[in-house]
Amino acid sequence: MPAWTCAARSNGLFLMASSAHRRRAAAKAAIWVSALTPAAWLVWRATQGELGANPIEEVLHRNGWWGLVLLTTTLAITPVRRLTGWHSIVRYRRLVGLFAFFYLTLHFSTYLVLDQWLAWEYILEDIAERPFITVGFAAWLLLLTLALTSTRGWIRRLGARWQRLHRLIYLASALGVLHFYWKVKADTREPLIFGAVIGLLLLARVPAVQRMLSRVRTGPALRAGRHVAER
Amino acid sequence: MRIHIHGSDEIRSSEITPERIYMNRRRFVGRAAKLAAAAAVSPSLLACAPSPGRSEELSDSGGSGEAGRSGAPGQSGIQERDWSAVRSELDEPLTRYEDVTTYNNFYEFGTGKEDPAKNAHTLRPRPWSIAVDGEVARPAIYDLEDFVSPHRLEDRVYRLRCVEAWSMVVPWRGFPLADLIRRVEPTGKARFVEFTTLHDPEQMPGQRRGVLDWPYVEGLRLDEAMHPLALLATGVYGRDLPNQNGAPLRLVVPWKYGFKSIKSIVHLRLTEEMPATAWAVAAPREYGFFANVNPEVDHPRWSQARERRLGQLRKRPTLMFNGYAEQVEQLYAGMDLRRSF
Repeated sequence: MPAWTCAARSNGLFLMASSAHRRRAAAKAAIWVSALTPAAWLVWRATQGELGANPIEEVLHRNGWWGLVLLTTTLAITPVRRLTGWHSIVRYRRLVGLFAFFYLTLHFSTYLVLDQWLAWEYILEDIAERPFITVGFAAWLLLLTLALTSTRGWIRRLGARWQRLHRLIYLASALGVLHFYWKVKADTREPLIFGAVIGLLLLARVPAVQRMLSRVRTGPALRAGRHVAER
Repeated sequence: MRIHIHGSDEIRSSEITPERIYMNRRRFVGRAAKLAAAAAVSPSLLACAPSPGRSEELSDSGGSGEAGRSGAPGQSGIQERDWSAVRSELDEPLTRYEDVTTYNNFYEFGTGKEDPAKNAHTLRPRPWSIAVDGEVARPAIYDLEDFVSPHRLEDRVYRLRCVEAWSMVVPWRGFPLADLIRRVEPTGKARFVEFTTLHDPEQMPGQRRGVLDWPYVEGLRLDEAMHPLALLATGVYGRDLPNQNGAPLRLVVPWKYGFKSIKSIVHLRLTEEMPATAWAVAAPREYGFFANVNPEVDHPRWSQARERRLGQLRKRPTLMFNGYAEQVEQLYAGMDLRRSF
């Protein structure tokens, strides 16, 4: 076989591999950009003095809100994968989850530093005595554990236990919603919406529901097949 | 009426602006030179009185050379007085007009802090009528102008402490609630005053959602209502109240949490029974009828020991009765404030 043929073939393989790789890299870049946009927007508003009359509260609430949105997004990945058959989407789950942790860490640090000015006696009292803060703090601790064990090394080291450990995201999300629900004064609409969406996403993990979701995907194909057969 | 407010060291002096400083720092366009040499005025006078009905005109009784030289009105362009120069002895600035009018809890226009400023344009504060009835000798329905005109409007700088642990310092314009109550002659049976906000989902779109049991109702014990600090306000920063701040008539009770200071009032009723007030009905475990500012009695879900003054970064300790203990504590002598929260 002439050398150039071989070169052309391997080149073609290389091109294929690199286009998949490039697609993935582009997807990751898109996630980075979109996940950092809210933070950048917040910084921009801060420099323009447009955070309103209570800027500390605004930063606190914004970061908490985006943390919950990204947590919800992380939870949505597996059901979406099952529903659409888009399996490679799972590659991005860790990144989205880490961004959720990023915003919730900003949220918690805003509370510690800007809201409380590191007044530890008040902070400890809050964590110990105010249930909405207790559950928020617990959720953050869980997510901290998950973030720390999200590396390849830990996945290898923990083996099958890793997956069980990382199911703690379900509990963390539930506590996050409870934290929000207990915090609002009377208008519970937003925390209830988060609660409903996260509730559905957790429901989608019940085995019977999982099978149903898979059927939804394969259903149309089967019906189409039958249609062909009947004809 | 004159009210003597003397700050004590214990309450670290109130942000009720002592008149001496208030006047010293007032700046009047065009009058600067004439006022330059004027002596400081009586420190005991809290109220400065514009003529009723004409909120633009301010009586002026003094000013200092320092104030005079800078001359120009505040950047906000609020009246001819430079309100940004109005400070207390503690060098405690007023909350900016912009913050006072864009950070509001007024659920009738949405539950977000910025919602009322965005949505309250649908309210029509004129014409406006106010019914006064119940245990009074002279029940009546007043047109807003008739309701207000017998009274002399005063500017008063009060702290406002929200139950959510933030606070402001606000220059209100209004007249003592006590004057109004005397005018309508309560009967011997009257023990409480009940206030009601307008109920009209057309004008108040937030009322289309049942976040609270509309209309909003508040109340005071009669002796609280007769206290000279209790104010019926028609203005803020020398202007008519913006809609989002409770136009055209609201209550201001500075020693109680902000939700007691009901906005856009259409009805006052004197009653024998304690009124069922909106937040106490919504969450009786969390909000009581009295709702006096009290750093020692926490909200079930959060601490009331400290507060954030808007415009300032660090929290500050909350003061008993919001710093008005000296003036109002005798109203609650012998009461268990933990139970009557």
